[in-house]
Amino acid sequence: MREVDHRAKLNRRIFLQGAATAVPAVAIGASTGLSIGDAFAEGATTLSPSTLKTLVKVARDIYPHDFLVDSYYITAIKPWDGKAAKDPAVKTLIEDGVKRLDQDAQDRHKMPYAQVPWESDRIVLLRGIEQTAFFAALRSDLVVSLYNQKDLWPKFGYEGSSFEHGGYIHRGFDDINWLPKA
Amino acid sequence: MARFDLNDDGVVVIVGSGAGGGTLGNELAQRGIKVVILEAGARNEIQDFVNDEWDSFAQLAWKDMRTTSGNWQVAKDFPNLPAWIVKSVGGSTVHWAGASLRFDEHEFRVRSTYGAVAGANLLDWPITLAELEPWYAKAENKLGVTRTNGIPGLPGNNNFKVMEAGARKIGYKEVHTGNMAINSQPRDGRGACLQIGFCFQGCKSGAKWSTLYTEIPKGEATGNLEVRPNSMALKIEHDAAGKVTGVVYADADGKTQRQKARVIAVAGNSIESPRLLLNSASNLFPDGLANSSGQVGRNYMRHMTGSVYAVFEKSVHMYRGTTMAGIIRDEARNDPKRGFFGGYEMETLSLGVPFMAAFLMPGAWGRSFTSAMEQYPRMAGMWLVGEDLPQETNRITLDPKVKDQYGLPVASVHYDDHPNDIAMRNHAYGRGAAVYQAIGATTTFPTVPYPSTHNLGTNRMSAKPRDGVVNKFGQSHDIKNLFVSDGSQFTSSAACNPTLTIVALAIRQADHIAGAMQRKEI
Repeated sequence: MREVDHRAKLNRRIFLQGAATAVPAVAIGASTGLSIGDAFAEGATTLSPSTLKTLVKVARDIYPHDFLVDSYYITAIKPWDGKAAKDPAVKTLIEDGVKRLDQDAQDRHKMPYAQVPWESDRIVLLRGIEQTAFFAALRSDLVVSLYNQKDLWPKFGYEGSSFEHGGYIHRGFDDINWLPKA
Repeated sequence: MARFDLNDDGVVVIVGSGAGGGTLGNELAQRGIKVVILEAGARNEIQDFVNDEWDSFAQLAWKDMRTTSGNWQVAKDFPNLPAWIVKSVGGSTVHWAGASLRFDEHEFRVRSTYGAVAGANLLDWPITLAELEPWYAKAENKLGVTRTNGIPGLPGNNNFKVMEAGARKIGYKEVHTGNMAINSQPRDGRGACLQIGFCFQGCKSGAKWSTLYTEIPKGEATGNLEVRPNSMALKIEHDAAGKVTGVVYADADGKTQRQKARVIAVAGNSIESPRLLLNSASNLFPDGLANSSGQVGRNYMRHMTGSVYAVFEKSVHMYRGTTMAGIIRDEARNDPKRGFFGGYEMETLSLGVPFMAAFLMPGAWGRSFTSAMEQYPRMAGMWLVGEDLPQETNRITLDPKVKDQYGLPVASVHYDDHPNDIAMRNHAYGRGAAVYQAIGATTTFPTVPYPSTHNLGTNRMSAKPRDGVVNKFGQSHDIKNLFVSDGSQFTSSAACNPTLTIVALAIRQADHIAGAMQRKEI
């Protein structure tokens, strides 16, 4: 069977993305000790850096894939800054949502959400806000903004658009070789 | 290409260009009748289609606001997207999987066969399988359905081979790569299937039949058919005698136009068709057009559906090749001993990663969900589709509050599962899982229904005017020059996919309309 190379398209795009956005970040990183993720948050215009960093953590806790580095979650979360800039109601929804989550974390663990060390403890906190408009908005956006990134599809063994490759007629549409004989 | 004057009152106006409207339009045009098709969506051609689930959804799907109520899962998961259908020239034939099956004999006679079922509004069709058989044959020939007319079946892809192996293991007999309106060899000027996948996103090779690149251009070539895209029908008008006279629509610029008509056929799918009739209420017809029975919008059926995805130790790559790549028909029979009336089909289905994330477990999050997603390359999948019973209270109404961009009430879709649907779905989940477990599935996921792709029954056929909206030719009981030409005519849903029956009815209706026009009856 023809398997999907999990690295193929991935490395190139990530490299290009990194080159575009992360060069200044690396420069900052060298002098300030900030990571790439931190640099993305510092570049925000409307939401505070700590709000964005918390959102990235929440995004990973909602859809945890240990084989995905933070850049995918950052890509998924980043547009919230722009949406908040355009719509004060969105800004309030996000900021209040994160504030509430941090308060819940303080009450229970004496630290903000992003610093609670165990995922299982953070999941309990998320369950506590699962019915809120904040969580619903974040999750329903994330299920598209995360899984609709073409760069991560090979990681899931999915090849995306096939027409330009002539479909799968000569590329393994029927190449399964492990089934028991009928 | 024909262009007809807005004041030309000799034309047949068809609202919608899908399986019903597109077919009817061409069939009438071939008979020398002048036709204007009003299509709400844009004219996206094959070269415009994209192999990308969300981009394609944005391009093709009907996304105008709708509201929902009832105990069905879709109202909870997708409250403003009750149906996944198409707003584009070709209608849902752009998006359909291509499964082309005939009803069983008993599926035209559900009231006689099942008896009185509590909560269900069962009625026999005013036509029989025997009456429809010659039209099914014409439809199969038109669509180039595999395993008919000497056309070979399609080759099975990995997803089918997995389902087939499991089906054989548990003793199912009627298992094959389907009766598909997808070319397994070149035919009718279109090539053979390239196993691209993305059948739901518009077929990039044109191997799958769609009115967009078959019926419509053929009709246009006669000089008798004009298709007006971006033309949203708002209201059907009538004269003092109660005959319909024209359709008011919003054109591409949002300007209101009025196309006069000799005959009007409504084919906007089972949500928009009743909405248009209801929005056309007048002093003479205060409850909406063709609605003396009160049945317009009622008996909404969306098929019993669900899916089963299964995970294996080794790769499947289910997304490669045709989406509906094969079928198990053994459960399609009516066998009330199973605890429900009617039957269901098991048909392979695959989604890409973006749609799998949205539809596998809507609303789910956390590691049980992401663990399932990470099994994607080792997944096989099937769709379960079975008969659902008409209920009077499952209906399309005009939303009392929400209005569209033209100021008209949007469609509100109410649906409650009948106990028969629930019993059938549970049975189907169990059998679907058994198919995969028989050949070593490590996990199976019983997946809840997606937004409805098969929308049926909201202007149903009936022998008696008090029981339904249209007669055996889809002609409204109340207004003789007003027809319904889509799946909303269906008196019962049957187990199988509806398109072949819609096309067969449209060919038959064209014959009827042409004859009635010639005889000056309409």
